[in-house]
Amino acid sequence: MARVSADVLIVGAGAAGMYAAIAAARAGAAVMLVDKGQIGRGGATVMAQMTVAAALAEEEPDSVALHLEDTTKAGRGLCNEELAALVCSEGPKRIREMEEWGTRWARERGRIKQAIAPGHSVKRCCYVDFLNTGPAVAATLRRKITEFEKIRRISNLAVVEILARAGRAIGAIALDLPNDQFIAIDAPAVVLAAGGLTKLYARNSASANMGGEAYALALWAGAELVDMEFVQFFPIGHLAPRLVGMDPIMWDPFRYKLGGKLLNGQFEEFIDRYGSTDFGQYHATRDIAAYAILKEVEAGRGTPHGGAYLDFRHIPEKDLRAAFGPVIDRLLNNGIDLSRMPVEVGPMAHYHMGGIRVDVNMRTRIEGLYAAGEAVGGSNGANRLSGNAITEAFVFGERAGAAAADHANASSRRWDEELAQESNMRLDRFCHASDDNGSAPIVLQTELQQQMWDLAGPFRTGDKLSAALARIKEMKHNLEHLRIGAEQRFNLDVQDGFELRAMITIAETVVQAALSRTESRGAHQREDFPLTDYQLIKNQVLELRDGELLCRWAQPVRLDRSQLENPLVP
Amino acid sequence: MNAVAKLRIRRGSLDESSRFDNFEVPYESGMSVLDALRWIRIHRDSTLGIRYSCINANACKTCMALVDGEVEYTCMVKLKPALITVEPLPKRRLIRDLITDIVSEDEKA
Repeated sequence: MARVSADVLIVGAGAAGMYAAIAAARAGAAVMLVDKGQIGRGGATVMAQMTVAAALAEEEPDSVALHLEDTTKAGRGLCNEELAALVCSEGPKRIREMEEWGTRWARERGRIKQAIAPGHSVKRCCYVDFLNTGPAVAATLRRKITEFEKIRRISNLAVVEILARAGRAIGAIALDLPNDQFIAIDAPAVVLAAGGLTKLYARNSASANMGGEAYALALWAGAELVDMEFVQFFPIGHLAPRLVGMDPIMWDPFRYKLGGKLLNGQFEEFIDRYGSTDFGQYHATRDIAAYAILKEVEAGRGTPHGGAYLDFRHIPEKDLRAAFGPVIDRLLNNGIDLSRMPVEVGPMAHYHMGGIRVDVNMRTRIEGLYAAGEAVGGSNGANRLSGNAITEAFVFGERAGAAAADHANASSRRWDEELAQESNMRLDRFCHASDDNGSAPIVLQTELQQQMWDLAGPFRTGDKLSAALARIKEMKHNLEHLRIGAEQRFNLDVQDGFELRAMITIAETVVQAALSRTESRGAHQREDFPLTDYQLIKNQVLELRDGELLCRWAQPVRLDRSQLENPLVP
Repeated sequence: MNAVAKLRIRRGSLDESSRFDNFEVPYESGMSVLDALRWIRIHRDSTLGIRYSCINANACKTCMALVDGEVEYTCMVKLKPALITVEPLPKRRLIRDLITDIVSEDEKA
């Protein structure tokens, strides 16, 4: 097994990973930035077409304290307030730094434009026109990282295990996909920035490659996870007609702006049947919209693809064109003429609030192991405020990269070849022992995604979650009987097998935490426990002990608000 | 109904002579060629070599191939309920099946 070394290894090259690489290189560290796909082109960032929240106070007075208040309110009492405050206080710096590096935030009359978004009490969300925020941000960071000689970039390298000994990370084992062989990486500091877990669900709005690997790598290495029950489901993701070239969650601002009608499969308005009114206003909250759509589907009144219709046909064509801009032509290219037809929408997995448990320096309890971006848990509590995801990618990325570099600069290497070889042999056995009677990993991935959607989706019950847990435990045994092709180059069965191994581990954490939380709060909705339980203003912390998953309750991290700065004035 | 798309896919690596494999895929209006390739991996042959990440937004730019002789992002080109031919990019070094070497030299292991 070949071995390479770095001061800081960064796993995942979306916005958080790339920002971490820049911060670590600025602090003088030799960085290795790796991604199982291509650097800066995978994960959630490139798909994020919407907005970035930061208290820039360009449009109207705003403050860090107010952004924090909106963030913690959305989080329903469970936010790690130290992490949330970090996002809110450092966000403006990072947004302006990105602009210096070339991101062209939409501007008007010399000021960065900031839009209002659900849950924000002021205009706070900046963006790059039109629906181009994530790709533009990724392009800026991709360009920026090439300016540092200290950043070594490696595409198509999938980290499959963190090497840790005596509570300390010493590096990792990675699969070099083009050559189907393992590489050992000697690094005293490792940053996990490989995103969330949307791939666990049959319906999701993100790239195809986030199967919870960051969480699994942390858990296996001995770190803790937090808030794993809180998966954010976006209520009106695009279902049909097949739409390519667009983020599936693109409809939300247009629905609010133009008043798109939600109709069931029989073309009836239905939101009013579920304790809200939508007539003429279209302001039903996201959770009610999601619940109402799925209940109509359950009652046999769904659309052909199992959702609801979103209908703009009552809007004059010139208003549609004014609101959608060039997007209207992209829709027409997909055969979607909004003046003549409704589209089908429904809830889909969009983001994960839970993740790796860290302190304000992004440190896990394993020395030398850090997390950044969506991989971090706790900052968003039970529900994420819109616009905070890219902000936290920048902020946590910068913080993790700087902290990891400081740690690497101050510590000596402790490579353990025996540990690496033992790991190599175990991983090689896992991925190359094919069982001809077994299933290909992608087949089991597809099954798991359907199970998670059906049994651990937006609306949960104890019975369904228990059934999911039983099936996940069976699937763990299937991992020993995968059918793996014999390809020597870019063996996708091997890659899928490692993804599946992480997906099954993390599916269990989501389901276990969802079972223990016998209440409904934020993104976690239990049909058998519809009320919020004020005894449960607590986080669930998960860890592995002797291979068994343990859950315990912990008090949310609170912040002394008097330390926050005064309002900013535009 | 039950329309079907037929895909003729060039397979193989540099070390072996290439071959064409034929697949039939259930067709739904609006489907992309990448949708069909992913369907094949799940339902017919998981060893089919393809590269993709974002699936449907033309954001990751990694799913390029030759579709009926034209260079296309397979996520952006619509499938037809007819026969189409999919081949690896001709001007890139072949790795396997539809996967070609699109990674710049300074990003390799």
